[in-house]
Parts: sequence; C-alpha cells; structure tokens
Amino acid sequence: MANEPASMRTARGRIRYLGSARSGAMHDWYTRLTAIALVPLTIAFIWLVLSLIGKDYNAVRSELGSTFPALLMLLFIFAGIFHMKLGVQTILEDYVRNEPAKTIAQVTNLFFAICVGLACIYAVLRIGFF
Amino acid sequence: MAEANTRPISSAARRPLSPHLQVYRMIFGMLMSGFHRVTGLVLCFGTLLLAWWLIAAASDAQSFAIISGFLNSIIGQLVLFGFSWGLIHHLLGGIRHLIWDAGLCFDEPQRGFITRGTLISSIVLTLLVWIIAFIVR
Repeated sequence: MANEPASMRTARGRIRYLGSARSGAMHDWYTRLTAIALVPLTIAFIWLVLSLIGKDYNAVRSELGSTFPALLMLLFIFAGIFHMKLGVQTILEDYVRNEPAKTIAQVTNLFFAICVGLACIYAVLRIGFF
Repeated sequence: MAEANTRPISSAARRPLSPHLQVYRMIFGMLMSGFHRVTGLVLCFGTLLLAWWLIAAASDAQSFAIISGFLNSIIGQLVLFGFSWGLIHHLLGGIRHLIWDAGLCFDEPQRGFITRGTLISSIVLTLLVWIIAFIVR
C-alpha cells in the first residue's frame, strides 16, 4: 500500500471500475466542437424553416431538395444528433444509478440517436435525389 | 483518503462525499444550468418531430398533409412554440457556456448579465421568430 502512488481512488472503487474511464476528455471535446458548429447551423435552420412557412408540399420539397438547404439540413442533423447523443449520455450518467437501468438507458440513447439521425438523413437525401 | 482502505468496511459510509444540490441555497445560475439540461432533453424529443416532418416530405403529399394539419392545430402550434423556445434557449445557453469555456465573463457583473441575458433574449428572440412566422404565413 505504501509503495502505491498517491491516489484519491480506494481499492474498492478501483475493483468495481468506479472513477475515471480515461475517455471523458474526448466526450467533452466533441460536445464543444458540435456546439460551436451548431451555433451558425441552428440559426440557418430557423431561417430555413421560417422560409418554408405556408408553402405547400411541392414547394417545400423543391426547397429542401435544392443543394444549399439540403447540405445545411445534413450538417445540422449530423452535428445535432451527435451533440444530442453526448448530452443525453451525460444526463443519464448523472441521474440513473441502478446498474441494469443504466445500461439499458445508454443503449437506448445510442440506438435512438442512430435511428432518428439516419431517418432524417435518408429523408433529406430522398427528397434531393427523387 | 488512503487510510480508508485500512479501516473496517463499516467506516466506508463515513467517507467524505461531495454535497449534492439540496445543500446549497438555490441561486439563479443553478436554475439556468438546470434549464439548459431540461431544454436539451426536450430537444431530444423534438428530433422525433423533425424526423416525422422530413419523412412525410420525403414520402407523399398525403403524409405531408397529415403533419401539416397537426402542426397547424392548436396543440401542434403549442408544441412548436415550446420546441422553438427550447431550441433558442439551448442555443443561447450553449453560447454562454462557450464564452465561459474561453475563460471570459466569470466575474460579476458579467456573469450575472450573460446568465439573465440568456433567459431574457431567449424569450425575446422566440417571440420575434413567431412574429415573423405570423407575418410571412
């Protein structure tokens, strides 16, 4: 015990894998990167939605299918869904204590993000190409 | 902390723990921190609305008429209003956190100013967006 380097972690905590997983810095970094990207993208998204108000099906499709709005939507969806997955993961890590519930919640969060993200991206590509 | 290992297990409960929220007097900044999380979680459900809208637009005119009907109903308008406020509030809250990440505005009165400013400008900007929406419709 005396030869060990000074640590705030207890032996019991270490054996139960509590404490740092050594991957938190990248989680934080990606949250910030997507946040920075989402500042202009969200403003552009609100602008795009406002420009679509009152338009019918064909007008909305031709607008969403044109190059610039479609690219904006794809970037917004990618950065937004990535940011959402990281943010909800943090909330779940903070508040869900029960071990099985924690695992189920994290897997659900990941699957939800992938499903909603791919559905949105597929829809935008379909509007653009068909 | 190291001596905790050599003590009997019964003393584990007496180890120092970090105090939780209820220990502190609630201040406005804490409330806004909570708001940031809540609006983020609300936007998570809001993506379902975005996905529904995009899939309907990608499918056919009939599917698109269904979601347009929902969004133009009173419930749909309330949901959209909440979604737009949540989006704008989370956007401004995020900018506030990025300012703090840059090491700026930690001192009063700037800290209080940008914290109150987030709430006030989110309400003002949301109302502005809806005024524009009602003018262009």
